[in-house]
Amino acid sequence: MQPDAMNGTNWCGARLNSLLRDGAGHDADLSAELRRLRREEMARPVVYVGAGTCGLGAGAGKVLAAVREHLAAAGVDAEVVETGCIGLCSEEPLLEVQLPGRARAVFSRVKPQDVPGILDAMLAGTVPTAHYLGQHGPDGLRRWDGLSALADHPFFAKQTRWVLRNCGLIDPGRIEESLACGGYRGLAKALRSLTPAEVCAEVERSGLRGRGGGGFPTGRKWTFALNTAADQRYMICNADEGDPGAFMDRAVIEGDPHRVLEGLALAAYAIGASKAYIYIRAEYPLAIRRLRAAIAQAEACGLLGDDILESGFDLKVVIKMGAGAFVCGEETALIHSIEGRRGMPRPRPPFPAVSGLFGKPSVINNVETLANVPEIVVRGADWFSSLGTEGSKGTKVFALSGKVARTGLVEVAMGTTVREIVFGAGGGIPGGKAYKAVQIGGPSGGCIPEQHLDIMVDYESLKTVGAMMGSGGLVVMDEDTCMVDVARFFMDFIQRESCGKCIPCREGTKHLRDMLDAIVRGRRHEKGADALARFKGVTYLPRLAEVIRETSLCGLGMTAPNPVLSTMRWFPEEYEAHIYERRCPAKVCRDLLTFDIDTEKCKGCTLCARACPSGAIVGGKKQPHLIVHDKCIACGACLEACKFEAVEVS
Amino acid sequence: MSATETFRIELNGRPAEARRGETLLDVCRHAGVDVPTLCHLPDLAPSGACRLCVVDVRGRGLVPSCSCPVEPGMSVETNSQLATRARKTIVELLLANHPDDCLYCVRHGECELQDLAQRYGVRERRFVTAKNDDHVDISSPSLVRDPAKCILCGKCVRVCEEVMGVAAIDFTRRGSRTLVAPAFNRGLNVSTCINCGQCVMVCPTGALREKSHLKEVQDALDNPAVTVVVQHAPAVSVSLAEEFGLAPGADVEALMVTVLRRLGFARVFDTSFAADLTIMEEASELVSRLKGGGRLPMFTSCSPGWVKFVEQSYPDLMPNLSTCKSPQQMMGAVVKRVWAAREGIDPQRVFSVAVMPCIAKKFEAQRPEMGDAHEIPDVDAVLTTRELARLIRLHGLDLARMTPGAPDLPFGERSTAGKLFGGTGGVMEAALRTAHWLVTGREMYHLTVGAVRGLDGVKEARVKLDDIELGVAVVSGLGRARRLLEEIRAGRDDLHFIEVMTCPGGCVGGGGQPLRAASGAVLERLESLYRIDRSEPVRLSHRNRHVQELYDEVLGEPLGARSHELLHTSYHGRDGAV
Repeated sequence: MQPDAMNGTNWCGARLNSLLRDGAGHDADLSAELRRLRREEMARPVVYVGAGTCGLGAGAGKVLAAVREHLAAAGVDAEVVETGCIGLCSEEPLLEVQLPGRARAVFSRVKPQDVPGILDAMLAGTVPTAHYLGQHGPDGLRRWDGLSALADHPFFAKQTRWVLRNCGLIDPGRIEESLACGGYRGLAKALRSLTPAEVCAEVERSGLRGRGGGGFPTGRKWTFALNTAADQRYMICNADEGDPGAFMDRAVIEGDPHRVLEGLALAAYAIGASKAYIYIRAEYPLAIRRLRAAIAQAEACGLLGDDILESGFDLKVVIKMGAGAFVCGEETALIHSIEGRRGMPRPRPPFPAVSGLFGKPSVINNVETLANVPEIVVRGADWFSSLGTEGSKGTKVFALSGKVARTGLVEVAMGTTVREIVFGAGGGIPGGKAYKAVQIGGPSGGCIPEQHLDIMVDYESLKTVGAMMGSGGLVVMDEDTCMVDVARFFMDFIQRESCGKCIPCREGTKHLRDMLDAIVRGRRHEKGADALARFKGVTYLPRLAEVIRETSLCGLGMTAPNPVLSTMRWFPEEYEAHIYERRCPAKVCRDLLTFDIDTEKCKGCTLCARACPSGAIVGGKKQPHLIVHDKCIACGACLEACKFEAVEVS
Repeated sequence: MSATETFRIELNGRPAEARRGETLLDVCRHAGVDVPTLCHLPDLAPSGACRLCVVDVRGRGLVPSCSCPVEPGMSVETNSQLATRARKTIVELLLANHPDDCLYCVRHGECELQDLAQRYGVRERRFVTAKNDDHVDISSPSLVRDPAKCILCGKCVRVCEEVMGVAAIDFTRRGSRTLVAPAFNRGLNVSTCINCGQCVMVCPTGALREKSHLKEVQDALDNPAVTVVVQHAPAVSVSLAEEFGLAPGADVEALMVTVLRRLGFARVFDTSFAADLTIMEEASELVSRLKGGGRLPMFTSCSPGWVKFVEQSYPDLMPNLSTCKSPQQMMGAVVKRVWAAREGIDPQRVFSVAVMPCIAKKFEAQRPEMGDAHEIPDVDAVLTTRELARLIRLHGLDLARMTPGAPDLPFGERSTAGKLFGGTGGVMEAALRTAHWLVTGREMYHLTVGAVRGLDGVKEARVKLDDIELGVAVVSGLGRARRLLEEIRAGRDDLHFIEVMTCPGGCVGGGGQPLRAASGAVLERLESLYRIDRSEPVRLSHRNRHVQELYDEVLGEPLGARSHELLHTSYHGRDGAV
């Protein structure tokens, strides 16, 4: 059975109906096929390669080629499956081998040259210990004795995976596998037994809130749209994931596109929309490809398109690619972009649920929000609201990145602490360095310092420390990170990505960035009244930040000062060192550093003098060298050039 | 329908009337509380760009009043410390990169940003940054665009797209590098700009202004070898007063005639005379198309922005445009090629100036079709109402204290029909009066055609000329014209004659009119034209003695050979390079 041999068209009509019928027994043929699709039964070995964007970036493409080459050379009849990302991005490329009847053995950081060894050993019935990560698979499969389970791996141990449930496990290119794993049961249930209003009510009762950042109750949003009289309504999936360091939506689409489509269809049904748009950035080519294929398969199966499951409900899904502007994640800007206009927000009211795309009632939900919906419909609101905290139900997917041992996607129940995520799943800070902060909620989120590591992840708790849930980016920073520099990086990002419409955001964020630039500027680069302007900037900064927050048009502007306010709140001493002492404690802000050569360690190799672009290093061959501070431009070239660690920074 | 619900809210500690559906800004304005804005346009959806209109709503903090619907029970402070401080900061942010050349700026003293800086007491440079240095676009014959002075309020963009249906300019780039520019940031002269100047009317600063012809006019006035002749458009005399602090709608025609003489113009003619001439030609053309099976509906052609719009966007409908030149160009042709010869002056030594409520007239005057193979243009310079006011101030003349004067003959005499050209529906009304006479041989019983009067953007009527029933439409504002043209393209065929004025309200609302006019001023100007029509004896273009005389002595008959040579023009499509 080749991966592409089935295109889904044999999954329609009576068979599909039988599959999607709740609780009814299936005939033996169908049951057997489902077991095969779930890989509980198989006739030949299966080799899986994690081929999401993260895996491909780490070299999964070459691993895949090596697998195919080796299998062909060895004459082994095995199935090769490209899966999405299982979440553990830092261990990519991941290779899994499953022998008939046995659990899946997972190997991490596999290079093409490792492939023959692993495959040969596995096909011979032994699990090599090198690269071994863990084993997993459906119940009933025989486990490998004496080897650890993937579920016990610290990265997975604290996770509660519902949105990511199929990611990395199934072949995202085949709707049958999704169907076999429970896909489209929620849609079938809703179309057969629930009215749109009932779906809205169920989702509202579940407590699901928007996962894109705002945290607005999803069911309530739907109800608004449903209750607005109109001849046409639109459902929009926001896949314009723009935060630096956020890749949850991309991974969900790449790994399990049908979950998103099912959620989208359910939402469209709930609000009475016959047309849905998926707004996704063009920088996500693989996700777009997966979506296109998934839509075509779902249409072929009659799960999208006209008269879905003979319910009379029609849904046309259109993919709309965006050019990658950060602001287009904002609802009204996104709507403008779909309409073919410049992506700029407009004032609300009217809210999109009343007057949105093309002036019609529209609901915009984030990918992760929609991916939560099918399980809610299948398992019920009570099941969902049993997960999480008082005001934040369910789970949340985080994209863990930065100075942390294990990076990747983590899905945890709401209420999990930041410490459990960073130090549990993430494995803490590598290299024996100390934790400094984690940036949560994207560029305009906030940072969480050491003393608040035990804060729970939910919408309200995070606000108490000046952070926010945001879409789920978690960037970990260690002691080598300068918080002023971090603020400057995010402010620069925000001021570039400001749409330019409202004055406080357009002009204000630029001035905030300029003020931070001035703070990290060395005296040698100051002219005229620069020092005065620098100091004035520092005194006006809080007031400017307040005006930007209070008066900006959209969420981007309202949260734009957060990087400054948050770092200032938790790391005032770093700001003071920069401002008053012109010193960067983390030794990051180059302009504030002084470079010297330790004459004891210097061997007089002249490498540094030759690397120096400003001729600031003097000294003869085999003589200790010296840096002339007046000429030094603090570029750091000598530091990189020196092989004897003789260059000191202070 | 039930009456709109009204209720009271608390505004600055006092009760204020509010109606459901109003915004907080509406409520404040009705209550006489001025909340500043830079981006608000009364008839368009709020854009929420400037954030200056924020007011402090109890329990909600700062809220933009332009887009916030009023609700019962609201308590609003417009000048809380929070609100005032936010506004001042926003003004300071705008000033940070704004070029500090107020003393050299055409809008000095008329600039909304300057007023706000003054109002909020900005006395120091709190935010220091490099000044904008984008270069000035002088490529347009009508407009000067200075992006350095642009504060990106977006009003020009919205007017151009939403009111005019042209969309020649839009935002480009992002963040603090954002710019309002034509496509690909090229010159306005190669854009779809129709030179109407509605963008100038809404621009709060000096970023958009007319291309001034003042220097050319002054040089000509100072040159003893040149005879400078001036014509003034019908809408100017009912608008100029506002430039000198008089009530909107006051007709200062007689005072203006004296002022123009005092400024040194050798002859003061009235464009309304040429409007009468236009009617003779245009009404004859309409009758000839009706009887001879010509292309219908016929479109008026006196609004140069509209003409360019048809040329570039609806070239298939160019044959529908009347071939008549506009009154400005007819007057120019008659002055240079009839009057000069009569006076024994070399037309090369005649400098013909037009005072217009319009900046597209500057574009029209330099069209190659308009003149004697371009060597002797019909019109040499066009001054807007604003520029004329500047010239008057430069000479230190007090308009209100002039002795009323009479225009020069023969081209100073007009009918009130010609004067009606200054407002939307005026051309239609004047043309119908004359067409009726041409078709039936009788005058209309009721000269006033109420259905085409007033400020409505689209007006339609059916008019009987004996056994001919005419379907007529009057449109002002090109956005609406675009919709009508689409209907015509789609096959609508019940209309025979359509008057289109580029600007909303017609010339009284033109792009060369006084800036920052009081609300309702355009209507006052229009009413003033109607008053003139009511109060004067000659109300028909074909009863203008001097027009008749011109036909008898020079032109022969309407649509005749000589008329065609002097008074008619041609059009060309504008695809690609405009």
